[in-house]
Amino acid sequence: MTRDDLLSELYDKTLVGNGPDVLTLTRQGLSDGLGPEALLYEALIPALEEVGARFERGDFFVPEMLIAGKAMAGALDILRPLLAETGAETIGKVVMGTVKGDVHDIGKNLVNIMFEGAGFEVIDLGVQVSPEKFVNAVIEHKPDILGFSAFLTTTMPMFKANMNALTKAGLRDEVIVMVGGAPVTQEYADVVGADGYAADASAAVVKAKELLRRRRALTKV
Amino acid sequence: MSSSATERTSTTGSSTSLGSNPRVVACGALAGHIRDIAARRGWQLDVHPLPARLHNRPGQIPAAVSEAGPATIVAYADCGTYGQLDELIKDTGARRLPGLHCYDLLAGTDTISDVFHVEPGTYLLTDYLVRTFDRTVVASLGLDRYPELWPDYFGHYTRVAWLAQQPTPGLEAEARRIAALFGLPLTRIDTGLSRLEAALAELLVVEESE
Ligand code: B12
Repeated sequence: MTRDDLLSELYDKTLVGNGPDVLTLTRQGLSDGLGPEALLYEALIPALEEVGARFERGDFFVPEMLIAGKAMAGALDILRPLLAETGAETIGKVVMGTVKGDVHDIGKNLVNIMFEGAGFEVIDLGVQVSPEKFVNAVIEHKPDILGFSAFLTTTMPMFKANMNALTKAGLRDEVIVMVGGAPVTQEYADVVGADGYAADASAAVVKAKELLRRRRALTKV
Repeated sequence: MSSSATERTSTTGSSTSLGSNPRVVACGALAGHIRDIAARRGWQLDVHPLPARLHNRPGQIPAAVSEAGPATIVAYADCGTYGQLDELIKDTGARRLPGLHCYDLLAGTDTISDVFHVEPGTYLLTDYLVRTFDRTVVASLGLDRYPELWPDYFGHYTRVAWLAQQPTPGLEAEARRIAALFGLPLTRIDTGLSRLEAALAELLVVEESE
């Protein structure tokens, strides 16, 4: 198989969420001498971006997103140590969680996968994460970005509770806060005083990089 | 008030205290209950059900309601449209049922917030969901095609709570079967239909007085 054939096959298999084939192709690509970056940036990430676009258009639904996300996560497990070996520094550290009272996590997990794929180190606190737990994670991991995910109208107010807890702990200015989830809008993100919002996983990565660039430019001055 | 209720032709038989037959565009999960209530109360309602599976694609609900034609009552709660449904009907004179979702509507907001307060990892069932679980939940979430996704969907749940409208031994057995699929305990909370009935009555009174 040529390099292009392999990458296009890997793209196709990721798109349809064929986990076993994605693993096989990832291993084969590596043994054929393709770098982990090529596999990631020329096949896996574009495939997941296309999955997101199809979801937006209504061509894919949640199960298709899930199986594609899981297939890519499997490949990431293989690539992660290799990417670390190449000495490529992570571009930033993200702590992410679904807020207290909410157990929706499919959207959050996809955001995590895309963050990892983009070179971020991701620490996932899981679901039903209390404000105290977020605060403790900021103290322990010192992330660049803290992400809150919520899917219920009744759990969205936890964003504000989390922000208050950060402020009370004197940590609000230490971290960039991003929020997201099906009911969340830019207006709501503004109301709770978050630094960033994104409607989907690809946009979340773009936004995170932009916020990080801005913050680093400011701290350099 | 929308002129639709007076323009359309009645399909629901003899007259009642309601001047016309209000047209009700209803979520399929509520339509059966609404027909039962209407029959018992002698209301002549012209009920148009829409597919309940739209619950999983709430972004499509406003368009589906709009395409269903003029309505006097939109028998939906907000249902994950996050205000879009209200936006759609605000100039039409149509009114919708209160609440964020049908669980609110059937059990009351306080009960639902108690349920989640006591056990945040609660998965809610209604009679409709119990009856149609394999179609509206399993198939709709793709679990028939990808059964391996069950833990991804439901791995964080700690109990199943059945909000029972009109419990029967048959429904009880089915609810138990579903809870067993989750491998979780089942709590039954009897809600009846009184809140839905009161909410409908209120909308119909407003309609009549206009
Ligand atoms: C799948 C689903 C479920 C699954 C969740 C499985 C899981 N492990 O997550 C199951 C079936 C278990 C479920 C349960 C419930 N659900 Co539900 N669920 C949905 C559904 C259909 C899709 C959500 C989803 O996963 N989408 C797929 C993801 C990939 O897409 P996404 O949301 O766009 O995610 C992207 C963005 O939001 C963004 N993003 C997400 N997080 C973050 C974070 C950051 C920082 C950033 C930047 C971006 C970001 O990036 C993501 C990836 O692109 C929605 C309806 C809908 N279509 O939105 C209802 C919905 C969210 N659920 C709802 C409800 C009511 C419930 C239940 C209460 C129902 C019940 N019977 O008990 C329970 C919740 C109980 C609880 N304690 O939490 C309602 C909420 C209504 C409201 N007003 O609050 C909705 C809107 C359905 C409706 N029409 O009413 N649900």
